[in-house]
Amino acid sequence: MAKPKIATTSLAGCFGCHMSILDIDERILELGQLVEFDKSPINDLKRFRGPVDVGLIEGGCCNEENVRVLQDFRRHCRVLVSLGDCAIMGGVPALRNMIPLKECLEEAFCHGVTLHNTNGRIPNDAEIPLLLDKVYPCHEVVKIDCFLPGCPPSADAIWEALLALLHGKPVELPYELIKYD
Amino acid sequence: MVAKQTKRIVIEPVTRVEGHGKVSILLDEENRVTQARLHIVEFRGFERFIQGRPYWEVPVLVQRLCGICPVSHHLCAAKAMDQIVGAERLTPTAEKVRRLMHYGQILQSHALHFFHLAAPDLLFGFDSDVSTRNVFGVAARYPDLARQGILLRRFGQEVIRATAGKRIHGIGAVPGGVNQNLSPAHRDALRGEMDRILEWARAAVRLAAEYTTTHLDSLASFGSFESNHLSLVQASGAMELYDGLLRAVNARGEVIFDQVPARSYTDHIAEEVRPWSYMKFPFIKPLGPEEGWYRVGPLARINTCDSIDTPEAEAARQQFMKLTDGKPNNNTMAYHWARMIELLHAAEKINQLLHDPDLQGTELMVRGARREEAVAILEAPRGTLFHHYRVDQYDQVTMANLIVSTTSNNEPMNRAVQQVAATYLSGRPEITEGLLNHVEVAIRAYDPCLSCATHALGQMPLVVELFDCQGQLVDRKQRGG
Ligand code: SF4
Repeated sequence: MAKPKIATTSLAGCFGCHMSILDIDERILELGQLVEFDKSPINDLKRFRGPVDVGLIEGGCCNEENVRVLQDFRRHCRVLVSLGDCAIMGGVPALRNMIPLKECLEEAFCHGVTLHNTNGRIPNDAEIPLLLDKVYPCHEVVKIDCFLPGCPPSADAIWEALLALLHGKPVELPYELIKYD
Repeated sequence: MVAKQTKRIVIEPVTRVEGHGKVSILLDEENRVTQARLHIVEFRGFERFIQGRPYWEVPVLVQRLCGICPVSHHLCAAKAMDQIVGAERLTPTAEKVRRLMHYGQILQSHALHFFHLAAPDLLFGFDSDVSTRNVFGVAARYPDLARQGILLRRFGQEVIRATAGKRIHGIGAVPGGVNQNLSPAHRDALRGEMDRILEWARAAVRLAAEYTTTHLDSLASFGSFESNHLSLVQASGAMELYDGLLRAVNARGEVIFDQVPARSYTDHIAEEVRPWSYMKFPFIKPLGPEEGWYRVGPLARINTCDSIDTPEAEAARQQFMKLTDGKPNNNTMAYHWARMIELLHAAEKINQLLHDPDLQGTELMVRGARREEAVAILEAPRGTLFHHYRVDQYDQVTMANLIVSTTSNNEPMNRAVQQVAATYLSGRPEITEGLLNHVEVAIRAYDPCLSCATHALGQMPLVVELFDCQGQLVDRKQRGG
């Protein structure tokens, strides 16, 4: 029987959720036996090779690229998981939602005490994806099947949830593994 | 704008996967590289949205910029907030618990980069088979090495958990001190692992040294160039990672400035903005943007310091410096070796601290006269990290200026990209997958953490598109797809 496939990505997140995946420590070797990784920052795969069983999303959507990637994940993943508080509700990056985007850009590029930016330019090259007005949680953009809270969710929580999903079982985590912070 | 008579190549690393960075390259009519740029495409707006938050929240909030080295931001913000609450000098217990946390961070981050991320390139070759060029490929071919890497990182994470309460985004450091000491149970558990951790750290230094010296001819020209180097040092000139004074040297090792305290950093460092990247371009102010750009991180630190204050890492440093007759090493790929010397240094420091009874002391906090402004600097795994805040009488942050480590390496990474692109792309009509990885290998040597919220994790997926001078797509190569 072919191995089940998983895929992961980081949108507007800090990579802490991916670090928590690696915090399963030696079980990484077991995971490598258990599943096949499709598109993920831990390998060189750029595009999906085909349908995937479980997709893990870190981070919400702060720019147009994030939206495109998230939609691509929805198309390819049977089960899509919002991994961590940023994916679930925007997290710390969503603190900017209270403030006009222009003010955020001006503070970073025009007002900083070490800036040497006499003509007050703000990066605007065509190579840079457009920022969204706000940071959006993933379920406001696509349908999400499963939410794993925590900042980040613990390695054990990720491991248990992943095993359940791969075996098609309901995700029933013991109370100690659920962490809201 | 696409200039006339040129072709434009876009290399998108993690961008379209994670929205973090990409490379664009322009070629002239003879396919010679005329421009190559690394664009950072992620923007958070932290400097603005932190305004109005209470100061005591900052050490736990700001680390959410980066889950790869959260301890660096946690501690740098805490060091700044120490000044705000007037804690001129922490208790020995608080200072040492924080240092232990910091060395744990250096160890886990360096292990992650070397074993999980860079090892596939170094072990299999820059243009080896794409399907095995990852940590699982390493585990299949070199199971012991992969296991050592995983367990080294695990140990660093456990040191962090014992001191910060949690492996990622802990809460151990608070303005004026720490909220717990190191329990005897944690101390003993960590001590029990120390022997094999030191053994594996030594082996990692040997591996990196051997790799660099045996490939020296090809690596010496790989994305390398002369540059200035910046880091903290102790008053004695020895390497310092947690709290020291700034020193900058030029490519020949001549001192540009030395023993500069954190509060004067704005006299020495400025940042340029370029329209094509959200990441700024820092430079040494008196030298100007053209001459003043510099490198930070493991290579820079070994180049700026006079010594390392742990014996085994010092011996390794001396061996490293022999290669360049004691002058700065300007070889980009030497970052890997320098990183492993620091990993050994961190392991030695952790070992010392685990035998220091101050770690079980009970005086954890100090307070003094409130201040309104604070600058803190530390050496994060990826280089010098600056945090600068103002806090008003209502405890609210009114100003934040951060220069994160990878930002200082912006110009060097761009130069490395230019150089590797010029060497491996120029004059070639066809782009191969192996070429793409060469560009990545050069970026990866800096262990970048772009916008300090990005993809230091892993092999960056790439797309390269080749356009003719009318902007028509003539070739497209995609890795992996
Ligand atoms: S949930 Fe927390 S750990 Fe995960 S990406 Fe967001 S800030 Fe980082």
